[in-house]
Amino acid sequence: MSEPSGAALAKLTPVLTKRWLSPQAWRREVYEQLDGYTALRKALAAHPDDLIQLVKDSGLRGRGGAGFPTGMKWGFIPQADGKPHYLVVNADEGEPGTCKDLPLMMADPHSLIEGMIITSYAIRANRAFIYVRGEAVHAARRLLHAAAEARAAGYLGTDILGSGFDLDVVIHCGAGAYICGEETALLDSLEGFRGQPRLRPPFPATHGLYSCPTVVNNVETIATVPYLVLGGAAWFRSMGTEKSPGPKIYSVSGRIQNPGQYECELGITLRELIELSGGMLPGHELSFWTPGGSSTPMLTAEHLDAPLDFEGMMAVDTMLGTTAVQVFSDQDCPVYAAYRWIEFYHHESCGKCTPCREGNYWMKQVLRRVLSGEGTHQDVATLQDTCDNLLGRSFCAFGDGAASPVLSSIKHFRQVYLDYVEGRRAPLFPTPTARPAWAATDLAGVSR
Amino acid sequence: MTGWSEKIQERAREIIARYPAGRERSALLPLLHLVQSELGHVSPDGIGFCAELLGLTRAQVAGVASFYTMYKRAPAGDWLVSVCTNTMCGVLGGDRTFEALREHLGVGHDETTPDGTFTLEHAECLAACDYAPVLTVNYEFFDRVQADQAVSIVERLRAGERPAPDRGARLCTLREMSLQLAGFADPRPEAVADGPAGEPTLAGARLAQRHGIAVPGYDPDTPIKSKEESQ
Repeated sequence: MSEPSGAALAKLTPVLTKRWLSPQAWRREVYEQLDGYTALRKALAAHPDDLIQLVKDSGLRGRGGAGFPTGMKWGFIPQADGKPHYLVVNADEGEPGTCKDLPLMMADPHSLIEGMIITSYAIRANRAFIYVRGEAVHAARRLLHAAAEARAAGYLGTDILGSGFDLDVVIHCGAGAYICGEETALLDSLEGFRGQPRLRPPFPATHGLYSCPTVVNNVETIATVPYLVLGGAAWFRSMGTEKSPGPKIYSVSGRIQNPGQYECELGITLRELIELSGGMLPGHELSFWTPGGSSTPMLTAEHLDAPLDFEGMMAVDTMLGTTAVQVFSDQDCPVYAAYRWIEFYHHESCGKCTPCREGNYWMKQVLRRVLSGEGTHQDVATLQDTCDNLLGRSFCAFGDGAASPVLSSIKHFRQVYLDYVEGRRAPLFPTPTARPAWAATDLAGVSR
Repeated sequence: MTGWSEKIQERAREIIARYPAGRERSALLPLLHLVQSELGHVSPDGIGFCAELLGLTRAQVAGVASFYTMYKRAPAGDWLVSVCTNTMCGVLGGDRTFEALREHLGVGHDETTPDGTFTLEHAECLAACDYAPVLTVNYEFFDRVQADQAVSIVERLRAGERPAPDRGARLCTLREMSLQLAGFADPRPEAVADGPAGEPTLAGARLAQRHGIAVPGYDPDTPIKSKEESQ
């Protein structure tokens, strides 16, 4: 394994992830020894409007995928309107490839709780919720524990640290529906309904939870807030680019030596990330990759030097998304990848909008047919046509996301589709209904 | 509420009290987890229990319960084995693991062994791609698991052992787990400390530490400017 170059190492920005190295940083005493809850004391001494301004000045953009300016979102909350305000943390991590919030909540749950108290104080909310993915039980366990510890220490409850500010935090577990990561579907789910997205406007900033002003932010966004309060906007802007400032947790997975969480400044490239993660696995050559989960159109080796920030990814017709960098090699099939992702979109479509519900249902079958060696040239056109009918035609971004893997794989790997159709590539599935060829074989060595 | 113990009714009231007055319906998801902790699945009786508590119709509750995959409509096994077969885990071995377990247990997706011990499912992305391929048992992570290891985990469970997950807490049954999903703290005080962060979680932080890298210019005493000052 080769050591990364100095240029790649210089992109590392251990801020949110640094505390993870301390064993049991999820305990309050350990967290406090590592500067925990000092940002809260500092924030409570400031005016809430100054905190909103600080976040605006920092240029922090949402870490959940869309990259909306966080300070602006907070500023949209109408003040002195006589309605209760709410903070809802989106901890429903589940976009294929994305795996940054779960490790954060397991290793350092208090940073999320502290960020929530500061945020709630800034937007004048007295009740906050963490909507945590149901399957993330260990994260929920650590969060419940952290909230109880924070309550016992007077960081939650009434008159927090003598400031007169009250806050109650509820940890609310979902029940296995990816769509609840979409902010309005999340709110419906939190209100006790099926998780289906709402039509916007009105936006959650004015009509969110219980039709009251609500900020919905991602885990990583809120966990960044305490550092921002301590270090200030100028320090935060010393990392990343002008339009995409700050540190970001990149989750690198796939055919590389050391998969894992790499916190780097925004704007790092895939070439540098692969260096940091020890290089490609021996015998594997980069073929395709996603910059931020399955909803972000895939890229190829051509894009090794494109900056992984919001603007840099738009420039190559994709999105930064959740910085879930999935690296696939020449031994992986881009059509299989699209098929598995469309299986996911089919399974997770909430069913509200016809193009998404029906489109994914059909695309899954067409992809399967292609992979079984029974596809036709028309199938490739049908996939593109279905995507045209999906994009921009659903209530939420889920429908658009489903088109991404299909259109991008056809764009970069049309030849692979044609190879299946024209019989130059062996089918992955023996028939459109059978199990994958490699899964059904070679089980002889499995112990019984 | 006939047929429901005072204990579960007390827990139900505790759940409802977490939400603002007049917004009791928010308690529905945790209440369904609570029902599952009692019955092992969401039965028609469980639907009725939630409906009565929240002043909803049974159809309203059933409409919600059927939307979410974690609510099981038939009794689930003690051990819910979920194999990730999304793209990353799939190519790295998850597909093969699922097939191996399907053959070994003799059940398919979302099916339970006749003795009620195991429920098998293939799962969508479990948010652990840096540990791929993964499977979970009652939602606790077993990392970088290939087919032969998966079969051995299942065999140990069948033999009455409780293999230790790589990152989650020591195993408990699905019913016990459902109580935690309803928002009640794990009654095992040591469970929260289980499962240290694995190498992939710490990979970047360790690399920075090894090379002595820190972000310069960090001063925790940096003053917070007033809104007027910064404009």
